[in-house]
Amino acid sequence: AFFWLVSLLLSSLIWFIAVKASDPQDEPLQKGLLIFGVMFSVLLQEVFRFLYYKLLRKAIEGLVALSEDGCSPISIQQMAYVAGVGFGLMSGAFSMINLLADSLGPGTVGIHGDSQLYFLTSAFMTMVLIFLHTFWGILFFHGCEYRRWWEITAVVVMHLAVSGSTFCNPLYVGSLVPSYLLMAAAAAWAYLLSGGSAQNLRRFLLCKS
Amino acid sequence: MITFMNNSDSEEEPCNERTSLMSAESPPVPSYQDGLQASQAGEVQAHRKRRTGSSRSPNNIADGDMSDSGVPVRESTLENEEEELTLKYGAKHVIMLFVPVTLCMIVVVATIKSVRFYTEKNGQLIYTPFSEDTPSVGQRLLNSVLNTIIMISVIVVMTVFLVLLYKYRCYKFIHGWLILSSLMLLFLFTYIYLGEVLKTYNVAMDYPTLFLIIWNFGAVGMICIHWKGPLQLQQAYLIMISALMALVFIKYLPEWSAWVILGAISIYDLMAVLCPKGPLRMLVETAQERNEPIFPALIYSSAMMWTVGMAKPDTAAGGPSQQTWDAAEDGRENNRSPSHADSQMLETRSPAPTRPITSFEELEEEERGVKLGLGDFIFYSVLVGKAAATASGDWNTTLACFVAILIGLCLTLLLLAVFKKALPALPISITFGLVFYFSTDNLVRPFMDTLASHQLYI
Repeated sequence: AFFWLVSLLLSSLIWFIAVKASDPQDEPLQKGLLIFGVMFSVLLQEVFRFLYYKLLRKAIEGLVALSEDGCSPISIQQMAYVAGVGFGLMSGAFSMINLLADSLGPGTVGIHGDSQLYFLTSAFMTMVLIFLHTFWGILFFHGCEYRRWWEITAVVVMHLAVSGSTFCNPLYVGSLVPSYLLMAAAAAWAYLLSGGSAQNLRRFLLCKS
Repeated sequence: MITFMNNSDSEEEPCNERTSLMSAESPPVPSYQDGLQASQAGEVQAHRKRRTGSSRSPNNIADGDMSDSGVPVRESTLENEEEELTLKYGAKHVIMLFVPVTLCMIVVVATIKSVRFYTEKNGQLIYTPFSEDTPSVGQRLLNSVLNTIIMISVIVVMTVFLVLLYKYRCYKFIHGWLILSSLMLLFLFTYIYLGEVLKTYNVAMDYPTLFLIIWNFGAVGMICIHWKGPLQLQQAYLIMISALMALVFIKYLPEWSAWVILGAISIYDLMAVLCPKGPLRMLVETAQERNEPIFPALIYSSAMMWTVGMAKPDTAAGGPSQQTWDAAEDGRENNRSPSHADSQMLETRSPAPTRPITSFEELEEEERGVKLGLGDFIFYSVLVGKAAATASGDWNTTLACFVAILIGLCLTLLLLAVFKKALPALPISITFGLVFYFSTDNLVRPFMDTLASHQLYI
């Protein structure tokens, strides 16, 4: 969570500087700057995820050296999951919490001609992002562990795609649907990487031992 | 400028002194682990991963070293087991510290956001006499710096006074002083707080009921904090009085002064604990020399100490254990005002006074608590509360400060593992908190607002 926060800080710093340095009246330019800010932020988040991976790697080495039987009490997969959840929670909290606070107060949604489904779609989008961050955490760490660069690039590309799809808002079908599809794909992929299989799933669902 | 009423001022004094003392003596006290020696360096890596409080144990190393001289040599096998235990308990101890700090902050933020009273400007304390209603920025800055200087000097004077009292063994005076200030906190501030909450929610309450509630609350609090009581109740009371104190600070400190004071007090904390002639360090050392525990009312303790001292001191295992345990206790305490007797300290901690401790190993394997000075709670909550109160109604800033403070706490515990001695808990957390507050408020907020208005997601 902290790492995500720091990445957010740095990216907003860049954006802020860019905005201050540019002409506030120029609408397309501002929009362009915003898009640039978003993409830069996505890249920075992934960079910080990588840095976090490096930190955790070192920590695991220390733990292994310390423990008696040569294996660490917490595996890298668990750490990947936790890292993903941390990122997701932080990004979700930052996206949603002001909305939630405002929703407690009086007002009408979309009274100025904006979409009336604003809160609903924000909620769904946030949820899908949190899940995605969790899965991306697992995929990313797995890729880093086994040096599969294509996994890492896939995660980055997915993140960029999801953020980019939100540019279609308020045409929600353009952003929510692809995001959910991507989430399903990432979920399946992460599940397979974590050692699951169709058999396991069937056994779990049918409550066999 | 209306100053706070005079009688309250004098009552404020012991409170302020106490809190400042606590904040200054903020080294989070680690759990005591016997025999934990050289593996700390390796543990640092582990700690970074889990941000566990196993780093904590190194602080006890100092105590352990001291006590070692008086204690029979331990077997090395014990040490290995100790490491494992440290790791396992270390994470638990970090969580044990996270939960109360989080609770305190939640109480403060919830109150700030809902009860209007604590964000209204209704005068200032006499410790911050300069007003901030000046027309120019420079003047305002100057006033806030002057306020800070006055506040910090008050705190320094009080701390030195307390150290002198302790050195010259005026225990009764300190005792009485602390009782007086906790009395005031538990009764007067609770009364005000309850009154304001009831006003906000428009709930009618008659005076007899109010009197009954406050009397019970206060009396049980006094007993729990200064004498014996269930651990969780004592923890809850300590959290509540920290939150009350933080709310008072948030209300009565003018804005810029508050930020400058937060910064200055973390610097003071750093110096007071680490400089050789720092008052807090002298307190620590004196307490360790005399083998006395610190007054329990000013430290938050997160776990029971199975007191060996309560066992018959003439048992073979009990004897040396008690010695080490006491030494550990001393090293652990932040506040150096000594309680009147070791037994009192032990009594406060032990849940089962007659539990016989038979073996030394048993002692080591039991839960060691973590202790953190109440001043730390207060200043963390002041930071988060101020962020909630003044950050343009933005929750992101509050959340960012919260995360920053917790991470700072983790890092402090980590450093404890590296340096193995008493460390101030304020500087790192407050620095992170301040950095994140100002940057989130000014940089992240416009970015997030723009994103939210276009419904873009990053």
